[in-house]
Amino acid sequence: MTQPNRLPGGEIDTSKTLTFQFDGKIFTGHPGDTLASALLANGVRLMGRSFKYHRPRGPLSAGSEEPNALVELRTDARREPNVSATMVELFEGLEARSQNRWPSLSVDVLAVNDMLSPFLSAGFYYKTFMWPAAFWEKFYEPAIRKAAGLGSLSLKPDPDSYDKGFLHCDLLIIGSGPAGLAAALTAGRAGADVILADEDFRMGGRLNAETMALGDQSGSDWAVSAILELESLPNVRLLARTTVFGVFDHGVYGAVERANDHMVAPEAGKPRQILWRIYSRQSLLCAGATERPVAFENNDRPGIMLAGAIRSYANRWAAVPDRRIAIFTNNSDGYRTADDLIAKGVDVAAVVDVREDAPDCSLYEVYAGAQIINSRGRLGLESVRVRLLDGSEKTLECGALGVSGGWNPNVHLTCHRNARPQWNDDIAAFVPGSSLPDGMRVAGATAGVLSTSGALNSGATAAVSALENLGYTAPRIELPAAEDAPVSLQPFWFVGESRGRAWVDLQNDVTTKDIELSHQEGFRSVEHLKRYTTLGMGTDQGKTSNLAGLAIMAQLTGTTIPEVGTTTFRPPYTPTSIGALAGRARGKEFVPTRLTPSHQWAVEKGAVFIEAGNWMRAQWFPQSGETHWRQSVDREVLAVRKSVGVCDVTTLGKIDVQGTAAAAFLDRIYCNTMTTLAVGRTRYGLILREDGMVMDDGTAARLAADHFVVTTTTANAVGVYGHMEFVHQCLFPDMDVQLISTTEAWAQYAVAGPNSRVLLQKILDPGFDLSNDAFPFMECAHVTVCGGLRARLFRISFSGELAYEIAVPTPYGDGLIREIMAQGAEFDIVPYGTEALGVMRIEKGHAAGNELNGTTTAGNLGLGRMVSTAKDSIGSVLAQREGLNGPDVCRKVGIKPVNPLEPVTAGAHLMRADGPIDAAHDEGYVTSACHSPSLGHAIAIAFLKNGDNRMGEILRVVSPLTGHETRVEIVSDHFVDPEGGRVRA
Amino acid sequence: MLTEITDVAVASVAARRGEENATVVALEGLIGAPPPGPGFAAGTGSVRAFWAAPQQWMLAAPSESYELLADVILAGLVGIASVTEQTGAWVQFDLSGDVVCDVLERLCALPVRNMAPGMANRTRIEHLGCFVICKTDGFSILGPRSSAASLHHMLVSAMTSVS
Repeated sequence: MTQPNRLPGGEIDTSKTLTFQFDGKIFTGHPGDTLASALLANGVRLMGRSFKYHRPRGPLSAGSEEPNALVELRTDARREPNVSATMVELFEGLEARSQNRWPSLSVDVLAVNDMLSPFLSAGFYYKTFMWPAAFWEKFYEPAIRKAAGLGSLSLKPDPDSYDKGFLHCDLLIIGSGPAGLAAALTAGRAGADVILADEDFRMGGRLNAETMALGDQSGSDWAVSAILELESLPNVRLLARTTVFGVFDHGVYGAVERANDHMVAPEAGKPRQILWRIYSRQSLLCAGATERPVAFENNDRPGIMLAGAIRSYANRWAAVPDRRIAIFTNNSDGYRTADDLIAKGVDVAAVVDVREDAPDCSLYEVYAGAQIINSRGRLGLESVRVRLLDGSEKTLECGALGVSGGWNPNVHLTCHRNARPQWNDDIAAFVPGSSLPDGMRVAGATAGVLSTSGALNSGATAAVSALENLGYTAPRIELPAAEDAPVSLQPFWFVGESRGRAWVDLQNDVTTKDIELSHQEGFRSVEHLKRYTTLGMGTDQGKTSNLAGLAIMAQLTGTTIPEVGTTTFRPPYTPTSIGALAGRARGKEFVPTRLTPSHQWAVEKGAVFIEAGNWMRAQWFPQSGETHWRQSVDREVLAVRKSVGVCDVTTLGKIDVQGTAAAAFLDRIYCNTMTTLAVGRTRYGLILREDGMVMDDGTAARLAADHFVVTTTTANAVGVYGHMEFVHQCLFPDMDVQLISTTEAWAQYAVAGPNSRVLLQKILDPGFDLSNDAFPFMECAHVTVCGGLRARLFRISFSGELAYEIAVPTPYGDGLIREIMAQGAEFDIVPYGTEALGVMRIEKGHAAGNELNGTTTAGNLGLGRMVSTAKDSIGSVLAQREGLNGPDVCRKVGIKPVNPLEPVTAGAHLMRADGPIDAAHDEGYVTSACHSPSLGHAIAIAFLKNGDNRMGEILRVVSPLTGHETRVEIVSDHFVDPEGGRVRA
Repeated sequence: MLTEITDVAVASVAARRGEENATVVALEGLIGAPPPGPGFAAGTGSVRAFWAAPQQWMLAAPSESYELLADVILAGLVGIASVTEQTGAWVQFDLSGDVVCDVLERLCALPVRNMAPGMANRTRIEHLGCFVICKTDGFSILGPRSSAASLHHMLVSAMTSVS
C-alpha cells in the first residue's frame, strides 16, 4: 500500500517496511515511525472519537501531551486502552483500534451526543441526575460510563512481567534535547555518574524535529554524534523510552522504562517495563516545552494540529496530515513550520497571524491581524474561515491547519514537591518558580529559554553548577553555534466572538462556553473550575489546555493569569501502568514464601499445606482411606493424646535476649515478672501494648542468667521483635541488652503425648535425665542429640499433653524429624499439622491469634492477675482503665452445644436463651470453634460478658448472616485435663 | 553465574554495654583486622566479619573448620559480647559475571556499581532482609534460609531479565 502523505527524508528507515493494522485495515510504515506518523503518512487523519460528544478527532500533537489520538493497542490479554498513538513506536505486526465509537470510527451512533450538546454542558450530570438518589449508582452512573469514556480493559490477567530496579547517579538529566545533551556532555566528560533519560525512543528532543543547524551540522546529526559520545562514556547511562514521572523526597525520582514495548510481545522472561527508582545527588530538568493551541469555533477537526507538531511530522517522520496546510499563529514560531513545509514541497495555504505587525513572506500568503473563526469538514478538515484585519472573511481550502499559540515550559516535575510555577510575561507562560525540589535545576525551554543556543548554553551551565555542588570541576565544553532568535509573541488564547463551540480541552470536551458557565455559576477558583468542567482531568492532564482555561477565567474575572493560578501538579507526569508499579509483586510472587525445615519431608508425606503469614505450614497429613480433612485431624489428635505426635513449630518467633539487663528488660516487655525466673526454667508471658491490650503471648526460657530465648506467635514474630527493638532503642537505651532474631537459626519441633518422654530419651544422648523430677514441667536446657548435635530442650505444652519442644540448628531440622519419626515408630508416632494443633489447644483452652485479636486484655483472657502491679511494664497502667475492668467485661469461657450433634461456628455471637437477636442484646462472641474428637462434640472458646460467673448458663450462639442458631451451655474452657495432670506427668 | 554456598558458618556478635572497646579488641584478634564500620566487611583469614547494626557484627567462616563458630567466638568474649549461632538462619548465594551489577540493580537499592571489594551492607530484596557483600569476583548475598527458594527464584528472574 502506498503512503500518500509520505515525504522524502526524515529520521526513518525507509529501506525497511513495517506492516501494521488500524481498525482491522492493513497499513505500512517504517522503523522510526510512531503509530501516529505512520497513519498520517497513510492519509489517515481520523484516529479517535472524543470523550463526551464523540466528535471525530485526529492527533493534535507529536508527543506525550496528546489529548486526542488515543487507541487500544495490541489484542487479547495484552490489549491496552488509552495509548497515545503519538508515543507508540511502530513495530511489525502492531495492531491498534480506535476507541469510544460504535459501530465504527467513521460512523459512530453516539455522535448523537453532539446534537444534544446544548443540554450536555458542564455540570449537566450534577444537575440532571439528582433524583431519585438511589438511581445514581445502579442506573445513571453505569449508563453514563457506557456512553462516555475512553478505551476498555481486556479484563484478563496481564501476561507480561514488570521489573523494578534502583539506580544511583551524581546527576540525573531529564530530557535529551539540546539542553539535556549539552548538560550530559559537560557532566559526562567531567567524569560524573550521569543518567540521561528521555521518554522518546529516539534521543535528541526537538533537534530531531527542526531543520536549524548546529555549527556545520544539522541538529539531528549533532544529536547523533553527542549520543554516540555519551554511549562511549562508562560513567553515563542513557535511558531512552524512559519517562521520569515523579519527583519524591531527597532526590529520588520515579521512572518507567518501556524496555520491550516496541514489539508485539517481550521475549520470554524479559520484562515489558521497568520501574526505576533513581537516587540522584543532583538533577537537571530539561523537559522542554509544549506548544499550546488557540481556541476557535470547531477547532477540533482531524487535521487541526499544533504547528510545531506538523513540523515534527514533516521533518522527523517525513509525513504530513495533508498536502495543503494553513498556519494560525500568534508568534514567530508558526513561520518555522510554514518555511519547513515549503522546503519539503508542501503547499502552504496561508499563514494567519493575529499580530498586526506580522512579517511579510514571499513564499506564502500572510494575513496579518487576522483570525481563524471557524472550520469545515465532517471527518477531517476541508477548509477554514478567516476574518481578516479589515473585518472581511474568506475561506481557505486546506486539509490541515497548524496552530501555534506559543510554548509552555514543561514545569510539571518542578512542582511535584508542592512548589508553584511563576508567570513570565516575556513568553506569556509559567516557568519554574524559585523553590525547586532538593538538588534540582532547570535548563532549556523548561526554564523559559526558548532558543536553541540558549538551550545548549543553559544546559551546560546548569551541569557545571550542579557538579560544583558535588565537588567536581567541570570544564565548559565547546558548544556549536545555533539559532538564537528572540521570542516574538502576542498572547492570544481564543477567538472571542465564536458563536459555536470552541474547544479548550480536547480530551474532556471542555469548551470556552463551559468555562464561562463555570464562572457564571460561581466556580471561579482554579480548583473548582477544574472539578466543575473536568478541564485538565484526562489522561493528558490538560498539558495543551490548562493555560487557555486559566486565561479565559482570568478574562472573565478581570484578573491576570498568575492571579488565577494553576492547579496542583502531581505524579505521574504521564499515565503509568499499574503493572509497572506492581512489578513482580503479584500472584505467587506477591511476597516470598517461607518453608519450614521439615517442608521437604512433609511434602514426601503428602501433607496439605496452609499459608500462615508467609510460611507454608503442614495443615494435616492425610493417610490412605481418609477422604475428609476431619478424618485426618481427628486421627492426629487422638493419636497424640493416646501416644505421641510431632509438629514443626519452627515458625514461632525466637528472639534471643542477652545482656546483664536482659531480665530487667523483659520485666518491662512482659506484664508478668521475668526477673524471678530461675536459670533453666521457662515461663509463659503476656506482652501488652501501651494501651493495655494484649500484643502477643509466648514463653521466655532462661538459658543463663544473662540469656533468654523468647518465643512469639508465628504471626507476630516480626512485630514483637520490632517492638522490643523500639523499647530498647527509644525507651531504655541505657539497658545492657542485645536483641537478635534466631527464628530462622533453629528448627524446632513439638513432641507431644504420653510417650513423648520415652521417645525423646531415645533421641537425646545418654546421660541426660528426662524424668519428671530431673526435668519437670517448664524446664529448659542445653542438650545434645543423635550423638553430639547441640540442641535446646523445653518442656512446654500447647496441646495439654506431656510435651516437649526440641530445637536444633536449622540445617539439621530435616534430619531430626526423620530421626524422631523413625525412633517413634514403635510408639505409632504421628506427625500432626496446624489443624490438630488448633483442636488440641481449644480442647485445653489455650488462647491463640483468634483470642489475641488486638481488642482483648489480659482480664478478658482470664489472665488479669498476670499483670504485675509490683513493677512497671509497658501497658500495665492503661490495662487498669476503668472501662476495661468493669463488672460486665467479657471473659474467656468454654462453650458446648446443648445438643451434641450441633456445630458451633467461630465468629457467631452469643445471645440470651430468649429475647431479641440484635446488637443491643449482644452478650459476646465465639472466637475459636472445632469438633473435639476427644469429647465427641463441638466445643468453642468465646468471650462472654461477666463470663466467669455464668458457668452452666444456657445461651444461644447465633449468626444472623448465615441463619445459624444453636443453644449452648457455658462451661470452663479447660475441656481436656482441667487439672493439668497430663502436662506435669 | 549463580552459586549456592553451603559450607559457611555464621554467628552474630553484639558488644555488651561498656564493653565496646573490649569487643573490638577481641574481634580484631579473631578476624585479623579492626571490625568493620557501617557498609563494610573485614577479615584477613578464614573468619571474616561484616557490619550488621551499631555495635553488632556478623562473622562468617567455612563451616568445615568452624562448625561451632559461635562457641569459638564466645570463648574469647564471655561477659564482653552477646553471641548467637546464625548458621542455619542464612542461605548464601554468590553472584558473578559481567552483568552482575545489572542483576543486583533489579533487586536492591544498594549502589552496587560503587561498591568495592570489602564493602557490605544490609538491604531488602523483594521483602527479604539480606546482606550484600562485594568481593573481588562478584557479590555474596545472604538471605533468610526459610525463603531461600523465593530468593533463588528472584535472582534467577532478574538474571533472565538482564541476560
